[in-house]
Amino acid sequence: MSETRAVVVEREFAHAPEKLWRALTQPHLIEAWLMKNDFAPALGHRFQLRGEWGGVLECEVLEIEPERTLAYSWNFAHEDRAYDLQSVVTFTLIPTPAGTLLRMEQAGFRPEQKQAFGGAHAGWKQFFEQLERVLEQA
Amino acid sequence: MAKPHAPDALFRTLADPTRRAIFERLCRGGEQSVAALTAHAGVSQPAVSKHLGVLKRAGLVRDRPEGRQIHYSAQPGALAPLLDWTRQMAGFWEARFDDLDDLLKRMDQ
Repeated sequence: MSETRAVVVEREFAHAPEKLWRALTQPHLIEAWLMKNDFAPALGHRFQLRGEWGGVLECEVLEIEPERTLAYSWNFAHEDRAYDLQSVVTFTLIPTPAGTLLRMEQAGFRPEQKQAFGGAHAGWKQFFEQLERVLEQA
Repeated sequence: MAKPHAPDALFRTLADPTRRAIFERLCRGGEQSVAALTAHAGVSQPAVSKHLGVLKRAGLVRDRPEGRQIHYSAQPGALAPLLDWTRQMAGFWEARFDDLDDLLKRMDQ
Protein backbone atom coordinates (compact mmCIF):
# COMPACT_ATOMS: atom_id res chain seq x y z
CA MET A 1 0.00 0.00 0.00
CA SER A 2 3.01 2.27 0.30
CA GLU A 3 2.84 2.87 -3.43
CA THR A 4 -0.68 4.20 -3.38
CA ARG A 5 -2.15 7.43 -2.24
CA ALA A 6 -5.60 8.45 -1.25
CA VAL A 7 -7.55 11.63 -1.26
CA VAL A 8 -10.49 11.95 1.11
CA VAL A 9 -13.04 14.74 0.86
CA GLU A 10 -16.02 14.83 3.20
CA ARG A 11 -18.95 17.16 3.34
CA GLU A 12 -22.29 17.17 5.10
CA PHE A 13 -25.21 18.05 2.86
CA ALA A 14 -28.58 19.17 4.17
CA HIS A 15 -30.37 16.56 2.11
CA ALA A 16 -31.51 13.00 2.70
CA PRO A 17 -29.37 10.06 1.56
CA GLU A 18 -32.10 9.08 -0.91
CA LYS A 19 -31.74 12.37 -2.73
CA LEU A 20 -27.96 12.31 -2.68
CA TRP A 21 -28.08 8.79 -4.04
CA ARG A 22 -30.09 9.98 -7.03
CA ALA A 23 -27.54 12.74 -7.69
CA LEU A 24 -24.79 10.12 -7.62
CA THR A 25 -26.51 7.52 -9.81
CA GLN A 26 -28.76 9.19 -12.40
CA PRO A 27 -26.81 10.15 -15.53
CA HIS A 28 -28.44 13.54 -16.13
CA LEU A 29 -27.87 14.46 -12.48
CA ILE A 30 -24.28 13.17 -12.48
CA GLU A 31 -23.67 15.37 -15.49
CA ALA A 32 -24.95 18.40 -13.59
CA TRP A 33 -22.21 18.23 -10.94
CA LEU A 34 -19.50 15.95 -12.27
CA MET A 35 -19.25 15.04 -15.96
CA LYS A 36 -21.13 13.74 -18.97
CA ASN A 37 -21.52 9.99 -18.60
CA ASP A 38 -23.28 6.76 -19.50
CA PHE A 39 -23.48 5.50 -15.96
CA ALA A 40 -25.93 2.79 -14.94
CA PRO A 41 -26.42 1.63 -11.34
CA ALA A 42 -25.38 -1.98 -11.95
CA LEU A 43 -22.43 -3.89 -10.58
CA GLY A 44 -19.83 -4.43 -13.31
CA HIS A 45 -21.33 -1.79 -15.60
CA ARG A 46 -18.61 -0.10 -17.65
CA PHE A 47 -19.04 3.54 -18.44
CA GLN A 48 -17.20 6.67 -19.33
CA LEU A 49 -16.98 10.07 -17.74
CA ARG A 50 -16.30 12.65 -20.40
CA GLY A 51 -14.71 15.90 -19.34
CA GLU A 52 -15.53 19.11 -21.13
CA TRP A 53 -11.83 19.35 -22.06
CA GLY A 54 -12.21 16.19 -24.20
CA GLY A 55 -10.57 13.76 -21.79
CA VAL A 56 -12.33 10.48 -21.14
CA LEU A 57 -12.21 8.50 -17.91
CA GLU A 58 -12.82 4.76 -18.17
CA CYS A 59 -14.90 3.52 -15.27
CA GLU A 60 -16.50 0.35 -13.96
CA VAL A 61 -18.97 0.00 -11.12
CA LEU A 62 -17.18 -2.02 -8.42
CA GLU A 63 -19.56 -1.74 -5.49
CA ILE A 64 -23.12 -0.58 -5.21
CA GLU A 65 -25.34 -0.59 -2.17
CA PRO A 66 -28.27 1.83 -2.58
CA GLU A 67 -28.12 4.94 -0.41
CA ARG A 68 -24.97 3.67 1.31
CA THR A 69 -21.99 2.96 -0.94
CA LEU A 70 -20.97 3.47 -4.54
CA ALA A 71 -17.51 2.66 -5.85
CA TYR A 72 -16.18 2.78 -9.36
CA SER A 73 -12.84 2.68 -11.05
CA TRP A 74 -11.60 6.01 -12.34
CA ASN A 75 -8.94 5.38 -14.95
CA PHE A 76 -7.35 7.76 -17.35
CA ALA A 77 -5.09 6.21 -19.99
CA HIS A 78 -2.25 8.39 -21.14
CA GLU A 79 0.96 7.50 -22.92
CA ASP A 80 2.87 9.79 -20.57
CA ARG A 81 3.05 7.96 -17.25
CA ALA A 82 2.91 11.23 -15.40
CA TYR A 83 -0.70 11.58 -16.54
CA ASP A 84 -1.70 7.93 -16.60
CA LEU A 85 -4.08 7.31 -13.76
CA GLN A 86 -5.64 4.21 -12.25
CA SER A 87 -7.75 4.79 -9.23
CA VAL A 88 -10.95 3.85 -7.45
CA VAL A 89 -13.47 6.40 -6.26
CA THR A 90 -15.67 5.34 -3.35
CA PHE A 91 -18.63 7.37 -2.14
CA THR A 92 -20.01 6.57 1.29
CA LEU A 93 -23.28 8.07 2.49
CA ILE A 94 -23.78 8.38 6.23
CA PRO A 95 -27.14 9.67 7.50
CA THR A 96 -26.88 12.52 10.02
CA PRO A 97 -29.54 14.45 11.95
CA ALA A 98 -29.16 17.33 9.49
CA GLY A 99 -28.94 15.31 6.28
CA THR A 100 -26.12 13.21 4.90
CA LEU A 101 -22.39 13.09 5.34
CA LEU A 102 -20.85 12.29 1.96
CA ARG A 103 -17.37 10.84 2.07
CA MET A 104 -15.39 10.55 -1.15
CA GLU A 105 -12.20 8.57 -1.15
CA GLN A 106 -10.09 8.33 -4.27
CA ALA A 107 -7.31 5.80 -3.90
CA GLY A 108 -4.75 3.99 -5.93
CA PHE A 109 -2.42 6.53 -7.44
CA ARG A 110 1.16 5.61 -8.02
CA PRO A 111 3.70 7.97 -6.51
CA GLU A 112 5.16 9.04 -9.84
CA GLN A 113 1.83 10.54 -10.78
CA LYS A 114 2.57 14.03 -9.77
CA GLN A 115 0.53 15.75 -12.39
CA ALA A 116 -2.40 13.59 -13.39
CA PHE A 117 -5.63 14.60 -11.89
CA GLY A 118 -8.02 12.92 -14.26
CA GLY A 119 -11.35 14.58 -14.26
CA ALA A 120 -10.05 18.00 -13.48
CA HIS A 121 -10.53 20.57 -16.14
CA ALA A 122 -7.81 20.75 -18.79
CA GLY A 123 -7.55 24.42 -17.98
CA TRP A 124 -6.38 23.42 -14.56
CA LYS A 125 -3.85 21.01 -16.00
CA GLN A 126 -2.34 23.59 -18.31
CA PHE A 127 -2.53 26.15 -15.58
CA PHE A 128 -0.58 24.00 -13.14
CA GLU A 129 1.97 23.13 -15.78
CA GLN A 130 2.54 26.81 -16.38
CA LEU A 131 2.71 27.53 -12.69
CA GLU A 132 5.17 24.77 -12.06
CA ARG A 133 7.38 26.29 -14.72
CA VAL A 134 7.01 29.70 -13.13
CA LEU A 135 7.87 28.30 -9.72
CA GLU A 136 10.86 26.43 -11.08
CA GLN A 137 12.18 29.68 -12.47
CA ALA A 138 11.43 31.70 -9.36
CA MET B 1 2.99 39.02 4.87
CA ALA B 2 0.57 36.64 3.23
CA LYS B 3 -1.03 34.14 5.56
CA PRO B 4 -1.17 30.50 4.53
CA HIS B 5 -4.31 29.90 2.53
CA ALA B 6 -6.40 26.78 2.34
CA PRO B 7 -6.24 25.01 -1.02
CA ASP B 8 -9.99 25.21 -1.53
CA ALA B 9 -9.93 28.99 -1.09
CA LEU B 10 -7.12 29.23 -3.63
CA PHE B 11 -9.03 27.01 -6.05
CA ARG B 12 -12.10 29.16 -5.70
CA THR B 13 -10.06 32.30 -6.28
CA LEU B 14 -8.52 30.90 -9.43
CA ALA B 15 -11.65 29.20 -10.74
CA ASP B 16 -12.68 32.36 -12.58
CA PRO B 17 -11.01 32.35 -16.03
CA THR B 18 -10.65 36.15 -16.20
CA ARG B 19 -9.07 36.25 -12.77
CA ARG B 20 -6.78 33.38 -13.68
CA ALA B 21 -5.73 35.19 -16.87
CA ILE B 22 -4.87 38.32 -14.89
CA PHE B 23 -2.80 36.29 -12.46
CA GLU B 24 -1.02 34.44 -15.26
CA ARG B 25 -0.24 37.73 -16.92
CA LEU B 26 1.35 39.01 -13.71
CA CYS B 27 3.33 35.78 -13.34
CA ARG B 28 4.70 36.13 -16.85
CA GLY B 29 5.07 39.88 -17.18
CA GLY B 30 6.07 41.01 -13.70
CA GLU B 31 4.62 44.04 -11.95
CA GLN B 32 1.96 45.95 -13.87
CA SER B 33 -0.49 48.77 -13.28
CA VAL B 34 -4.25 48.26 -13.23
CA ALA B 35 -4.45 50.27 -16.44
CA ALA B 36 -1.95 48.00 -18.19
CA LEU B 37 -3.77 44.91 -17.01
CA THR B 38 -7.12 46.33 -18.13
CA ALA B 39 -5.79 46.85 -21.64
CA HIS B 40 -5.40 43.08 -21.99
CA ALA B 41 -8.16 41.74 -19.77
CA GLY B 42 -11.16 42.31 -22.03
CA VAL B 43 -13.20 43.62 -19.10
CA SER B 44 -13.63 47.07 -17.53
CA GLN B 45 -11.12 48.62 -15.14
CA PRO B 46 -13.50 48.34 -12.14
CA ALA B 47 -13.92 44.64 -12.95
CA VAL B 48 -10.14 44.20 -13.13
CA SER B 49 -9.74 46.02 -9.80
CA LYS B 50 -12.33 43.75 -8.25
CA HIS B 51 -10.52 40.64 -9.50
CA LEU B 52 -7.23 42.02 -8.17
CA GLY B 53 -8.87 42.55 -4.78
CA VAL B 54 -9.91 38.90 -4.66
CA LEU B 55 -6.43 37.79 -5.72
CA LYS B 56 -4.90 40.01 -3.05
CA ARG B 57 -7.11 38.57 -0.31
CA ALA B 58 -5.95 35.11 -1.36
CA GLY B 59 -2.35 36.23 -1.04
CA LEU B 60 -1.72 35.71 -4.74
CA VAL B 61 -0.83 39.31 -5.58
CA ARG B 62 0.73 42.25 -3.77
CA ASP B 63 -0.12 45.89 -4.48
CA ARG B 64 2.16 48.92 -4.46
CA PRO B 65 0.60 52.39 -4.75
CA GLU B 66 2.59 54.86 -6.80
CA GLY B 67 1.00 58.27 -7.22
CA ARG B 68 -2.51 57.73 -8.54
CA GLN B 69 -1.66 54.31 -9.91
CA ILE B 70 -1.61 51.00 -8.10
CA HIS B 71 0.85 48.43 -9.35
CA TYR B 72 0.35 44.73 -8.80
CA SER B 73 2.81 41.86 -8.74
CA ALA B 74 2.23 38.10 -8.52
CA GLN B 75 3.11 36.15 -5.40
CA PRO B 76 3.48 32.68 -6.92
CA GLY B 77 4.73 31.26 -3.61
CA ALA B 78 1.10 31.41 -2.44
CA LEU B 79 0.36 28.61 -4.89
CA ALA B 80 2.59 26.07 -3.20
CA PRO B 81 -0.33 24.26 -1.53
CA LEU B 82 -1.94 23.69 -4.92
CA LEU B 83 1.12 22.11 -6.47
CA ASP B 84 0.88 19.14 -4.21
CA TRP B 85 -0.92 16.44 -6.19
CA THR B 86 -3.12 15.22 -3.40
CA ARG B 87 -4.28 18.72 -2.62
CA GLN B 88 -5.02 19.35 -6.28
CA MET B 89 -7.29 16.34 -6.34
CA ALA B 90 -8.92 17.35 -3.08
CA GLY B 91 -9.50 20.79 -4.59
CA PHE B 92 -11.11 19.19 -7.61
CA TRP B 93 -13.54 17.23 -5.43
CA GLU B 94 -14.28 20.23 -3.20
CA ALA B 95 -15.29 22.17 -6.31
CA ARG B 96 -17.40 19.23 -7.54
CA PHE B 97 -19.10 19.03 -4.14
CA ASP B 98 -19.93 22.74 -4.45
CA ASP B 99 -21.69 21.93 -7.73
CA LEU B 100 -23.35 18.90 -6.14
CA ASP B 101 -24.73 21.11 -3.37
CA ASP B 102 -26.11 23.52 -5.98
CA LEU B 103 -27.72 20.62 -7.81
CA LEU B 104 -29.33 19.23 -4.63
CA LYS B 105 -30.90 22.64 -3.97
CA ARG B 106 -32.28 22.77 -7.51
CA MET B 107 -33.71 19.27 -7.13
CA ASP B 108 -35.96 20.63 -4.35
CA GLN B 109 -37.75 22.89 -6.77
